[in-house]
Amino acid sequence: MRRLPPVAITAIVFVVGFALCTAQFPNFASTRVAANLLTDNAFLGIVATGMTFVIISGGIDLSVGSVIGFTTVFVALAIERLGVPPLVAFAAILMLCAAFGAAMGAIIHVFDMPPFIVTLAGMFLARGASFLMSTESTPISAPLYSTVSDFALRLPGGGRLTAIALIMLAVVAAGAVLLHFTRFGANVYALGGSRATTALMGIPVGSMTVRIYMLSSVLAGLAGIVFSFYTAAGYSLSAVGVELDSIAAVVIGGTLLTGGQGSVVGTLLGVLIQGLIQTYINFDGTLSSWWTKIVTGILLFAFIALQQAMIGIARRAGPRKAGVLKS
Amino acid sequence: MNAVSDPGPALLEVRGLSKSFGALRALQEVDFTLRAGEIHALLGENGAGKSTLIKAVTGVFPRDAGIVRLSGTEVALRSAKAAVDAGIATVYQEVNLLLNLSVAQNLYLGRQPTQFGLVREAEMRRNATALLAEFDLHIDVAEPLGNYSVAVQHIAAIARAVDQSARVLILDEPTASLDRHEVEVLFAVMRKLATRGIGVVFVTHFLDQVYEICDRITVLRNGRLIGERKTAELPRIELIRMMLGRELAERTSERAAAQVRQAGELYARFEGYGKAGYVAPFDLALRRGEVVGLAGLLGSGRTETARLVFGAERADSGSATVDGNPVRLRSPRDAVAHGFGYCPEERKTEGIIADLTVRENIVLALQAKRGLAKPLSRSEQDEIAMRFIRLLDIRPPEPERPIGLLSGGNQQKVLLARWLATAPRVLVLDEPTRGIDVGAHAEIIRLIRELCDDGLALLVISSELDEIVTYSDRVIVLRDRSHIDELEGEAIDISNILAAIAASSTIVAEAGQA
Repeated sequence: MRRLPPVAITAIVFVVGFALCTAQFPNFASTRVAANLLTDNAFLGIVATGMTFVIISGGIDLSVGSVIGFTTVFVALAIERLGVPPLVAFAAILMLCAAFGAAMGAIIHVFDMPPFIVTLAGMFLARGASFLMSTESTPISAPLYSTVSDFALRLPGGGRLTAIALIMLAVVAAGAVLLHFTRFGANVYALGGSRATTALMGIPVGSMTVRIYMLSSVLAGLAGIVFSFYTAAGYSLSAVGVELDSIAAVVIGGTLLTGGQGSVVGTLLGVLIQGLIQTYINFDGTLSSWWTKIVTGILLFAFIALQQAMIGIARRAGPRKAGVLKS
Repeated sequence: MNAVSDPGPALLEVRGLSKSFGALRALQEVDFTLRAGEIHALLGENGAGKSTLIKAVTGVFPRDAGIVRLSGTEVALRSAKAAVDAGIATVYQEVNLLLNLSVAQNLYLGRQPTQFGLVREAEMRRNATALLAEFDLHIDVAEPLGNYSVAVQHIAAIARAVDQSARVLILDEPTASLDRHEVEVLFAVMRKLATRGIGVVFVTHFLDQVYEICDRITVLRNGRLIGERKTAELPRIELIRMMLGRELAERTSERAAAQVRQAGELYARFEGYGKAGYVAPFDLALRRGEVVGLAGLLGSGRTETARLVFGAERADSGSATVDGNPVRLRSPRDAVAHGFGYCPEERKTEGIIADLTVRENIVLALQAKRGLAKPLSRSEQDEIAMRFIRLLDIRPPEPERPIGLLSGGNQQKVLLARWLATAPRVLVLDEPTRGIDVGAHAEIIRLIRELCDDGLALLVISSELDEIVTYSDRVIVLRDRSHIDELEGEAIDISNILAAIAASSTIVAEAGQA
């Protein structure tokens, strides 16, 4: 119930936006457009799900874009140069990402460092490492890749729900269950409320921090694999700035940037709103694609202003501080 | 009130507990005994060691010496969590729960009922509702805790602690931010827990509440145990004597007869001045050449009164006149413009700027008053600094020394100089002698008298009653955030002040509610 209002606003923005697009371009409202929206933003949806956990817990993870880039290069080189079977390469990179995220979480907790700085360092590290491996785009031609890109559920009306879209939807669903219906999820909200209090209530704050950043990095790795399916290549410059897109999606989705409140479903809607703007620009054909960034920026500003206003209202209506008995 | 019929078995025993922070001996060989089923008040003024005792017992601080026995078994608690596991739960004034989570999640965080890894939300809510019903609290447990009042939050914290099998419950000033009705609800919960055999330690500075609910009282002063008494056998005035440490009587202070002087002309007057939830409306007149002392226990509203007068808090009722003209004091800036100065109690956090030099600290308020457009030249600054260093005998007499390197007494003098440099007509001093060694103490008091002779109006807050008696021309006595009495001339002595503080406030409270 507490996560209803901001998500509801995000949902309304999405529905209104979709309706406006449809009003201008009648064939906008089709399963084809809807399915493409999911496919084109699959990697963003996956990484933003992980970011949702991090932000609700009161942290931030700036390393995810670089981790995606690193993953695409790692996977491409392992498959194409070393001849490693794709599934083995996937398992290896996911474990590597888990270790990377765990290390960042451990540093944040043990040295009590700001997540911003630690994950910023992680961002440079991962991006630098991917350049070290290769500076060129490496195409991937493994049979698995063509199988995956050929696979799709046909929807009535000609839409193709692709494998990567399905992976994204599965991640979002699993993320929602984990966040909203488990002890782990409750602890994530608790950490965002107050770290000190959570510790006093007997929650192992250190291991929670490690696991949250591990989750974010693993999902970034998975997003990297999905990105490599999407582009059929590995390139060290891929997904530059995706950490910021995913933070924007999380915030537009109604998650409080200061932590403690938010939802995975809202994040999915935030991703889809960004995708919707991009799709509109594609339909229009004359607008620069940078308009996506401008509209995203305006929305982001509007949502943060909205959150501040709601916090202000809650504070004014909140429990009063009575002190004098006779007044 | 609970009758102390049979003193239950000792539940928590503290013996010979000592704790020092550097040179400061915060606790010296303190004993404390809590029996099962009793509500036990732990009392003392600021710095008496109440909080240190609680933190040393619950493992927040390591202790230097002494033992803690729980139900006869010696325990060594090393963290707050270990204390909770052992059955000692502490509820602090600031609620240590998560306001963004639901009430139910707060009660069961970390121990939610689960099935296949998923939290059984419905079962958890049922349990939470049932648990709170035991405390006569019937609320929607799915709502965020932050939507409820502080009283509900306290009860939720207590419920969580008790549900985790606490046997000792320590409540550290839980009622400081509650209204009368909320206090009643909390007391009902405390009584219920006591009848279940839980030992409750109640730290507060509201003496009425102590007499309303506590079976026993332990008083600390300056880190030492002063005594443990049954509430029923301890008259209020005796309790205050224990807390303040005055052998009140006979000790007439060095209040010289010559000191009773002609009151000067009226400078500032406050009528019906107050702020809801902060200080009850009061009348206050400040005259030139007169020292008005504010006396009362910790939390009685002394500092609050000073902050209202100085505009640091905005009054929501009453009026103020300065020199006969009505004025509005909406900020310290307004107050400074009308000739007010304020030396706050927390010298380190609110007063001095440790990295700046003595000279810079002295000219700060004067420069602020003149505005940035009219900077004081360096030679003017030097001249002002040297004048006050000489006048107040600040040592060492080096204007370029960072103030953080001076002793407490000299820092206090620099603060005085800062306000004197603005040529104020009213100066508010909040605990001017706190944390100052004895020699400097006498000097500050002498300065206060001299300033007053020069025609300044002074409003001085102090916990040291003999000090207040020594320099005040009038004394206003406060209790529970309202001004209850005013003593003048001959009537100013320690026993009268104590009597005023101790007088039962029932009549006042009832009059206020009617």
